[in-house]
Amino acid sequence: MSEAAAVDTHDHGAVRDQLEPSLTPGNLGKLGMWTFLAGDAMTFGAAIAAYGALRIGNPNWPSPAAYLGITTTAIMTFILICSSVTMVEALGAIQTGKMTKYRNFMALTVLGGLTFLGMQGFEWHHLIELKGMSIKVDLFDATFFILTGFHGCHVFGGVVYNSVLLIRGITGKLTPAKANLVEVAGLYWHFVDLVWILIFTFIYLI
Amino acid sequence: MTTQAAISGHEAEHSGPNYIAVFIYLAILTAIELGVYAMGLPQVAKVGLLVALAWAKAVLVAMYFMHLAMERRGLAIIAITPVLLVTFLCFMLLPDLTSRMWTRFDHPRPVTNAAEMGANPVAPPPMQTP
Repeated sequence: MSEAAAVDTHDHGAVRDQLEPSLTPGNLGKLGMWTFLAGDAMTFGAAIAAYGALRIGNPNWPSPAAYLGITTTAIMTFILICSSVTMVEALGAIQTGKMTKYRNFMALTVLGGLTFLGMQGFEWHHLIELKGMSIKVDLFDATFFILTGFHGCHVFGGVVYNSVLLIRGITGKLTPAKANLVEVAGLYWHFVDLVWILIFTFIYLI
Repeated sequence: MTTQAAISGHEAEHSGPNYIAVFIYLAILTAIELGVYAMGLPQVAKVGLLVALAWAKAVLVAMYFMHLAMERRGLAIIAITPVLLVTFLCFMLLPDLTSRMWTRFDHPRPVTNAAEMGANPVAPPPMQTP
């Protein structure tokens, strides 16, 4: 990068920081959500690191491919990515005052979350009933159920969160003036998507 | 066209990034992940590629869906902090892991603790009597 380009990039960042006030009611919720997500990311990060430590330290750790199918989870991953797109489209719609479009995209986001939860329930049922997996059997099973279950709880929380915003949009209590509420909910939903991307790789693929 | 150019090129027309382009990149990266998984590469190469692809997808989600690319630096610092702390945690775990691995190579011994055995327990060999 040339010196001029570097200076330009630096100036752009400085101007952006000056234009945006530090703490206003509009961005306070966003700051709060980012702080919460940082703590949540530490929890997931520690859980995944513990999983890695247990797995590397155990010579008898089974291959995930022998137990976990990836067809269902690959579809679940795709659904979660799609629901992230519908979430940003819902945010864009409410920011521009298109409430019908907002309601449609938010409904699709909730539907994506419910589909993900339904498929996870199907997967767990298959693993428990047909393959005999249980949280009490061994560390492989315990880490699998704890990590995917903890993430599933987050998805459930996100579905409830988004459903509340959808209902408020339908009843007219959520207006474009309160679009920042949808942006904050979107941060949570995209974080859930991001964590699943890592869990899919570390638990299922590797 | 590079990823950055494709994503930000749309910004000239709209206020935000081109989310459909981000979605397409995420779908392509997921397809590549599945290809790497099915290819039967050596374990080290497979793990390296899959981790790199997962991080690429995570960065795309954080930068564009979570708007970190357009946000204040303060939020980026909050976002990067857990990544640094978890990386530090992994380094903190390394001495324990490496010592266990070296012990295994130097003095192979059967695993007798059920909690350590995982799914395939190995019974200890019978004692040799003189």
